Amino acid sequence: MRTVENILITKTAKDLCLKANLKLREDILSALKAAREKERSLKSRHMLDAIIENAAIAKKKKLPICQDTGMVVAYLKVGQEVKVRGDIKKAVEKGIGQAYKEGYLRKSIVSGPLVRKNTGTNLPAIIYTDLAPGSRIDIRIAIKGFGCENASKTRMFKPMDTARAIEDFVVASVKEAGSRPCPPVYVGVGIGGTLDKAVSLSKQAIFRKVNGRSKVQHIASLEKGILKRINNLKIGVMGMGGKVTALGVSILTYPTHIAGLPVAVNISCHATRDARKVI
Amino acid sequence: MRKICLPLTKQIISDLKPGEEVLLTGSILTARDAAHKRLIDALKSGKELPVSIKGETIYYTGPTPTRPGEVIGSCGPTTSSRMDGFTPILLKHGLLGMIGKGERSVEVKKAIKKAGAVYFVTIGGAGAYLSEKVKESEIIAYKDLRTESIRKLVIEDFPAIVSIG
Repeated sequence: MRTVENILITKTAKDLCLKANLKLREDILSALKAAREKERSLKSRHMLDAIIENAAIAKKKKLPICQDTGMVVAYLKVGQEVKVRGDIKKAVEKGIGQAYKEGYLRKSIVSGPLVRKNTGTNLPAIIYTDLAPGSRIDIRIAIKGFGCENASKTRMFKPMDTARAIEDFVVASVKEAGSRPCPPVYVGVGIGGTLDKAVSLSKQAIFRKVNGRSKVQHIASLEKGILKRINNLKIGVMGMGGKVTALGVSILTYPTHIAGLPVAVNISCHATRDARKVI
Repeated sequence: MRKICLPLTKQIISDLKPGEEVLLTGSILTARDAAHKRLIDALKSGKELPVSIKGETIYYTGPTPTRPGEVIGSCGPTTSSRMDGFTPILLKHGLLGMIGKGERSVEVKKAIKKAGAVYFVTIGGAGAYLSEKVKESEIIAYKDLRTESIRKLVIEDFPAIVSIG
């Protein structure tokens, strides 16, 4: 049985929070640069230039990519053959707290949804834990800004509804969100399971590289079709019009019940942020 | 790109074209959700505001904490539509400009036009880039709201696009 000190968990959580907030994902940056080449709308191009420069400034000056440094969502996969000394969730929260204090990150969490007093620490976070075979601990920190979180949607479809109906729902969700979620967006879709499972899938879908494709053929073609239709909306960068409204669409599925077809749409901004480390 | 000096006047606004890219220079206020709620509550109960909004431009932003030696942290725009319920009252009290991101409601669009005011959008998710356009920053009201405090900022060549006006 491998033993991991909780101080290592704390340090890892802290480092991942800082990395995610200060350094734009390479795949997103490449997609933004490709969009800059493709885009013909002058205003959208100006915005893309600024967004690309923003990533460089953030990295150089250790400034957050976006001032909304989010609510932190941590995903832990703990190997069954590893023993953690101390409280693992507390260790993660301690690391998050340190990152937000020492890294000059914004504290955006309020104590209760109806009380709304800022906790001043950006805590609590949302921590999901899962078990896995082996003796490693996989930690992923996702930074969830709320401009785009507010644009996300779920719908319980009927079991005999078609893929086309789901496609329409995803496209309509992006259309309705307009420029609010900071397009070009990365759209995660979860199909199947229960309501919460579909949402969880839609969240985890955007961990895949933005230019990737599902390995399941009919899902891959659904992704492709939705992406094309979203870009035909011509919302453009920050609503400035043009060819690029989404950088990618990623769909995850799970078996579901004979009576249902849950669908969740997670609209994530061009500053889609997460970082991962396996210790 | 046209340079616009703040504070705005109705004459400057009447000359702006929707869709036009401009660079803003001068003094603005910041306020977002919680500060708006307090301003409106104060106005409704007939109290004096801690800061005059007459002729002012409000930038919807909640900056990250300022690193030592810097003017401000990352400070991009937040979603303007959350302020829609508060905006018409502020316009009635003399607010002339707003900077944020995203569309506004039909009511707010009408209220902006009626007041001869203007709504600009700027680049969401580019808070580090926009921080370099801020030359001075000072918290002037509601300090307890932390990032949601009202600040006075002096901006220089701050990029914006005329959205409604």
